[in-house]
Amino acid sequence: MEVVSYKNVETFVQHLPEVTALGVWIKAIIILAVISAIAGFGTYVERKVLAFMQRRLGPMHVGPYGLLQIIADGIKLFTKEDIVPQNANRFIFMVAPVITAATAFIALAAVPVFPDFTIPEWIPVIGGTFVPSIASDLNVGILFVLGMMAAGLYGPLLAGMAQANKWGIIGAARTAIQFLSYEVVTGLSILAPIMIVGSLSFVDFNAAQAGGIANWLVWKQPVAFILFLIAGFAETNRTPFDLLEHEAEVVSGYATEYSGMRWGMFFIGEYANMITISVIAAIVFLGGYSTEGLGWLWIMLKIAFFFFLMLWVRAAWPHVRPDQLMWLCWKVLMPIAVINVVITGIVMMV
Amino acid sequence: MGLEQFKNRNVGQQEYVLLDLEHTPQSPMGKFKQVVKRTFKPELFVGLGVTMREMINALFRGQMHTIKYPFEKLPISPRYRAIHEMLRLLESGHYRCIGCGLCEKICISNCITMDTRYDENQRKEVSEYTINFGRCIFCGYCAEVCPELAIVHGPRYETASEQRASFSLFEDMLTPIDKLNLQQEYDGFGAVTPNADENIKKTPLAY
Repeated sequence: MEVVSYKNVETFVQHLPEVTALGVWIKAIIILAVISAIAGFGTYVERKVLAFMQRRLGPMHVGPYGLLQIIADGIKLFTKEDIVPQNANRFIFMVAPVITAATAFIALAAVPVFPDFTIPEWIPVIGGTFVPSIASDLNVGILFVLGMMAAGLYGPLLAGMAQANKWGIIGAARTAIQFLSYEVVTGLSILAPIMIVGSLSFVDFNAAQAGGIANWLVWKQPVAFILFLIAGFAETNRTPFDLLEHEAEVVSGYATEYSGMRWGMFFIGEYANMITISVIAAIVFLGGYSTEGLGWLWIMLKIAFFFFLMLWVRAAWPHVRPDQLMWLCWKVLMPIAVINVVITGIVMMV
Repeated sequence: MGLEQFKNRNVGQQEYVLLDLEHTPQSPMGKFKQVVKRTFKPELFVGLGVTMREMINALFRGQMHTIKYPFEKLPISPRYRAIHEMLRLLESGHYRCIGCGLCEKICISNCITMDTRYDENQRKEVSEYTINFGRCIFCGYCAEVCPELAIVHGPRYETASEQRASFSLFEDMLTPIDKLNLQQEYDGFGAVTPNADENIKKTPLAY
């Protein structure tokens, strides 16, 4: 296996206009608004897809085909009473959902979410501003995103421990073991592609896979791809691994005592994390985006595919037990990830 | 028809498959082999395929199960006992009730009250007829005892009301004279459901 040459990276970067602070601000607002909306729309899509897979119709009555259901849900969440339980640690209880939502959105700062564009000149004040595709193009983008998602662990953990509820405590304990364990698998599985590309920047990853499906890293690193997907499901708290708030066992886990918009923030954070994992998987393994033509549409389709996969899996597969979860992580996935890294290293050396 | 068919009590499709349940492996090597075997079995993808197939069936092959209830309704059995209706004679349009009073007599919850008198032709006519649907238990005796098939059970089963006593007058239950051609005959108590043949095969009448 030869090391990918990325002499086209410089040309790729150089033709972009200068990124100003105003552009980054606009980008941040776009990310916040659009991802919040998509997270809300994601709940609608999830309910619809799960319904179709069970041969039901799903929400149908609010608006055409139930499209305005998310607005109804939003009104409900915003107007609900904000209850803080009696023995709860008030401050931590109230701040925990903000941690989840904030870390999820901070992680999105280093991810290229939408194509870059320049605001037309005729718009006053902000006209002519270049809005980059990444709010903050770090050269350690992947590390930053994974680190931020790992920091998101504090949201459920603190929420569960602050609410003076036994289900919350169990949920918090499960959060700690699940997120910490699968962080290892995520890091190790994505290490092999990082070794091949030789960079932690998403732009470099994108450039290294330019030029067709044959160049996608998923063909060189199929094992890492599957491991990353499995770990991504665990990190975003999706079914087969949604033990944090598994209703049948722990009522609602860390979110038991939450209601209204605080619970809604956990929800938005979870959906934003799903989008982040989908974006990482699409860029690191499935070739990412291309700047010319309809390249931006392709990455949207890739992201949508991963999002759909999460819903699909939820409709099809049952949960695992917590001990099976740990067994899978430490006895199966982690050894495979290490072996994959070692083999990748040997192949690169030879 | 021979006795063979009746003696076969296995009513299903007779396509049972015996599961090959292996014993739990004891040795480490056996456990490892089991893990590898289970890992590379396509069972999980079979599950994904099933849900995808159902989604395609529901969306594109018209196998959606949902009934949009207030707008769509399932057909009810001809034996169903819902709100009563008073039928008319198809020829003359006159109501069928002859004022015999059997329904009032047989009503076990005493919810039917009727009064009759002789009209100018010395025929009995119904002067007053009410059913208190707050008391009615929809046993169906009135419709069964009626000699003229005058009082029957209609298909209207949404009977929620705002008060406990809910009286229905004779004129309300009577088929409107301009809708006489739409009047449905009540199949009654011996009526069989349209799919009775399929159902009865599961519980044969003779041994």
